[in-house]
Amino acid sequence: MKIAIIDYGMGNLRSVEKAFEHVGASGAFVTDDPAAVRTADKAVLPGDGAFDATMDRLRESGVADVVKEFAASGRPFLGICVGMQCLLTSSDEGRQGVVGLDLVPGRVRRFSGGDGLKVPQIGWNELQFPAPSPLFQGLNAADMVYFLHSFYCVPADPATVTATANYGLDYCAGLQAGNIFATQFHPEKSGQVGLAILRNFSRL
Amino acid sequence: MVGLYFRDVNPMQSLRIIPCLDVKSGRVVKGTNFVNLRDAGDPVERARLYYEQGADELVFLDITASHERRDLMFEYASRVAEEVFIPFCVGGGIKTVEDFRKILKTGADKASINTAAVNTPELVRECSERFGAQCVVVAIDPKRTGNTPSGWEVHIHGGRTPTGLDALDWASRMEELGAGEIMLTSMDADGTMAGYDVALTHAVTSRVSIPVIASGGAGTMEHIAAAWRECGAQAALISSIVHYGHATVGQIKRQLREWGIPVRYIEDSMALA
Repeated sequence: MKIAIIDYGMGNLRSVEKAFEHVGASGAFVTDDPAAVRTADKAVLPGDGAFDATMDRLRESGVADVVKEFAASGRPFLGICVGMQCLLTSSDEGRQGVVGLDLVPGRVRRFSGGDGLKVPQIGWNELQFPAPSPLFQGLNAADMVYFLHSFYCVPADPATVTATANYGLDYCAGLQAGNIFATQFHPEKSGQVGLAILRNFSRL
Repeated sequence: MVGLYFRDVNPMQSLRIIPCLDVKSGRVVKGTNFVNLRDAGDPVERARLYYEQGADELVFLDITASHERRDLMFEYASRVAEEVFIPFCVGGGIKTVEDFRKILKTGADKASINTAAVNTPELVRECSERFGAQCVVVAIDPKRTGNTPSGWEVHIHGGRTPTGLDALDWASRMEELGAGEIMLTSMDADGTMAGYDVALTHAVTSRVSIPVIASGGAGTMEHIAAAWRECGAQAALISSIVHYGHATVGQIKRQLREWGIPVRYIEDSMALA
């Protein structure tokens, strides 16, 4: 079982790799080689930082095409944090007019804050599961995971939303569109709950 | 100061409990009375213990002076990233964007800047633009001197050097430049175990819209509760209270939860695995 963790010069890749190893998915490896991603059984797109800078980097490095190809192949794909946001069509963050990977139609919006809510949201928040997804199998409502973000995804099709959290509003914390999975939170930094999610992904 | 500020329990946020480890030359230098550890000086082993107890995050403050020994910082940070699956921040001696990048590359989620932010404020903007505001923690060490409009003056070089900067204005400036969080250590309260500096911390949390980590002075569970209820902080940095075995992170969280303060709580049986 080869799980390619895609390195495009951004993001905290080591933690993701170690978390997979910790749950017994020893075939997880970090790579920036498109050929290695193409031949993997599963792929993970982590991310930190701004949407526009990340999309620039994905395009410059050729990773954008590899991801689209991989997603179209039907193999399980997981986007994390900004790696989730990049799957959508567009974002309010950074330069306007930057197009996302558009694998999941929708828009990325900014938290409005206010009411004592700090932006970015940095910390643990509770999950709810509006629709079942194999990614979240075995988890319980109100399980807490670690978020670190100012922007959140609004998929055009609400049926793709498989987890929500509340931060002034209910927002999409996890999604699934066929073989494409994504989490706004960082499963690799979410203790036992996060490790369970990565274990689920490794067993898909 | 009790009752100065009371925060309604907001289920959308919870108070983060963050043990802080002071590390020198790759060894933890604070705290000796520690049980259940083979080697209390190993930062990785200490980190893993707090992780298993339910810490929400960890902070490592590296006070190693020489450059060659700083490689040790990268070494233990890498090892922490392999065993601890919660976020952690590393600070100490960061002067350049490259220093910052190297720390993140070890697997740290955040890096904190203190003296360098005063010497080179643009460093905060550069790191924020390059790596994202979420990983830029600006550490501010104020002391009440009366030399600035608010009375609190920013100090650098581990508190040895006054800067003439007003702590509240400085916090605002750091937010403008792209800091994602403020780690606020009251020099007046630090080491006293008499509680966080509520007036200072509340003044800063009221001034900025980014999260504030209360630091310096926590000696009891009541103090930690005050970080949330009276200071309005989003996180409480703790050191002596856990290092010297007064309480575990799990015991602290259980008590906070009983007091109605929202914390992420793991049952003891879930904590280890």
